[in-house]
Amino acid sequence: MPRIVIDENRCKGCELCVINCPQQILAISREINARGYFPAKVVDPPRCIGCRICAIMCPDVAIQVAVNSAQYSFFEY
Amino acid sequence: MFTVFTRPEAMKDNHTHYCPGCTHGIIHRLVAEAIDELGLRERTVGIAPVGCSVLAYNYFNCDFQEAAHGRAPAFATGIKRVRPDLVVFTYQGDGDLASIGTNEILHSANRGEKFTTIFVNNAVYGMTGGQMAPTTMPNQVTTTTPTGRNVKEVGYPIRVSEMLATLRTPAYVARVAVHRPHYVVQAKKAILKAFRYQVANRCFSFVEVLSTCPTNWGKSPKEACDWLEQNMIPYYPLGEHKLPDRDEP
Repeated sequence: MPRIVIDENRCKGCELCVINCPQQILAISREINARGYFPAKVVDPPRCIGCRICAIMCPDVAIQVAVNSAQYSFFEY
Repeated sequence: MFTVFTRPEAMKDNHTHYCPGCTHGIIHRLVAEAIDELGLRERTVGIAPVGCSVLAYNYFNCDFQEAAHGRAPAFATGIKRVRPDLVVFTYQGDGDLASIGTNEILHSANRGEKFTTIFVNNAVYGMTGGQMAPTTMPNQVTTTTPTGRNVKEVGYPIRVSEMLATLRTPAYVARVAVHRPHYVVQAKKAILKAFRYQVANRCFSFVEVLSTCPTNWGKSPKEACDWLEQNMIPYYPLGEHKLPDRDEP
């Protein structure tokens, strides 16, 4: 299962990952981070398909994507 | 578990000063990934402009030089001519390249200097507070055009890529955007191609990237992406405007 790790203190809460996630499993947290933003968080981790779109759209490189097996690559990046 | 997406090595671990939703961060990452994929980090020199990306040297993990306003292509010319073994790129905004630096970029392209320029076009002066830039869209509201850009007084926006594509000297000129994931994937391909042309010592390479500025456009990041798609892309057509291989009379 793919795993998304969001560095919540690096996130600025711009929502670009939230609006672009094809599975719509990301949302904005209700808790404030150390820099005063509301960071993104994963609300439904099992539905992640590991497409990396959230990480590709993140302007702050706050998202890391890891997989534990061979993963279908939806596009070349 | 193994990581399939993480920070490129050519990018430092610093937090960026850009506003939330600003696509400068994406473009920084694309350039850093291109440098990493071609294995150029140890011999790359970047030239930072004046503008929002004036602090780009804090974010790239390679040698950097800060240029005077608009003069990044002149710096790059000097570095590339003295050390042709280095890979040189300039990272410039539209207030820097299309306004005060038009002379430098035009003549660098015309001389066919073998460096790469990444031109970030967000249709406004970002750092100084959202004044009208040469690339501001007709009827776009900025702090110096409160009723919208009047094309009868100040003319139409400059299409820099098309302008450089008219030059006879072989060059690679492309325009890409980064407001949707598939455009980001295309943008990375164009930036990689630009660096490959430089490594092969072929030609001057120029990639214009359409970027959003949510703060100075007065929109949320999502609205800014939609505004870019509806207003800027029809005026600034995407694609490769000039290839060095194409025969010209």
